[in-house]
Amino acid sequence: MKKLLAMGVIGLFAATANVALADEDAELVVDGQAFVTKLDAPADSPLSEILSGWRFRNDETQELQTDDFENPAMIFAEYGEELWETADGADGKSCADCHGDAAESMKGLRASMPKWHDGKKTLFALEDHINWSREEHQKAKPWKWESQEMLAMTAYIGLQSRGMPVKVKVDGPAADWWKRGEELYYTRVGQLDMSCAHCHENNYGNMIRADHLSQGQINGFPVYRLKWQGMGSIHRRFKGCMDNIRATPFKRGSDEFTALELYLASRGEGLSVETPALRN
Amino acid sequence: MAKIKPRVKVPKKAKAGEAITIKTLISHPMESGQRKDRKTGELIPRKIINKFVAKYNGTDVFWMDMEPAVAANPYVEFSVKLTESGTMRFEWTDDDGSVYDIEKKISVA
Repeated sequence: MKKLLAMGVIGLFAATANVALADEDAELVVDGQAFVTKLDAPADSPLSEILSGWRFRNDETQELQTDDFENPAMIFAEYGEELWETADGADGKSCADCHGDAAESMKGLRASMPKWHDGKKTLFALEDHINWSREEHQKAKPWKWESQEMLAMTAYIGLQSRGMPVKVKVDGPAADWWKRGEELYYTRVGQLDMSCAHCHENNYGNMIRADHLSQGQINGFPVYRLKWQGMGSIHRRFKGCMDNIRATPFKRGSDEFTALELYLASRGEGLSVETPALRN
Repeated sequence: MAKIKPRVKVPKKAKAGEAITIKTLISHPMESGQRKDRKTGELIPRKIINKFVAKYNGTDVFWMDMEPAVAANPYVEFSVKLTESGTMRFEWTDDDGSVYDIEKKISVA
């Protein structure tokens, strides 16, 4: 009887916890467009199901992303659109001068990032692509990784792929990067001696103090994070994670973070791009 | 974001006496005045929107004071009942005295 009572108490706790967290059955729909935020993982995936970070947020935060007016990330995407049409650099060209309408030319790009770059013989994150284009074609100064301009531009370019499934190329020259990313994912680092997998593979759905652990999917980046009161890149989030486990973080734009980004993108294949998403 | 830009979502048409929802969002850093510059250690001066007013045909219909605890890019949603057509004017007052405004016409039938 005592045992039964104890179970009842546990059951109560679990139920209360669920109320405070996200509605498990909620689906993300923006302006009538449905997003894939949950799917069965392929056989070779370490996960049994793939879940967007959106599903781990509470109802109010989820709701903000369903309306483009309420989603503060759209402010940045709008600013990105302005920058897209603004001439910059010694050649006085804007992005639009070469690429035309972003809705056409940038469609699908975010879904396939990071990508191998033949010219530079390295793996390019979206930020690398933008800066390469700025230097090569506009003769402009590269933007800083976490600058407002860069975030606005990645948000705007990412928006053109919104709703498309994430699909990255992990074979060919990118294969070594992918392996490096996987290795980083499972390597214990920092004073807390933890790897990404400890939280995001073994414990997603559980609470780590006040945080609801997600799978660490990157399909919504750059995201507007309520905690940041602004926009942040994928690499900023990586850095935050590494700080939390008291490790020395890699630099934004470093080979390590770009490799990790490729590996994470491949773990989330099939999820819809949510850029620019909103998280807490 | 350096640029401060107000935006509002207002229905173009409304029925007289029926409540309509008005959504507003302004991009603003809402610097609380409590934070320190990481490099110099000096306090970053306060710069927030301290007042928001919505006027319909010159009459205040919704107003609020904002405090430093309000998050960046404040989003305000409210409902109004209108009886006649006119113009809704939205004004955000900054700490430095500048006023950001935007106007929207609503036809009421």
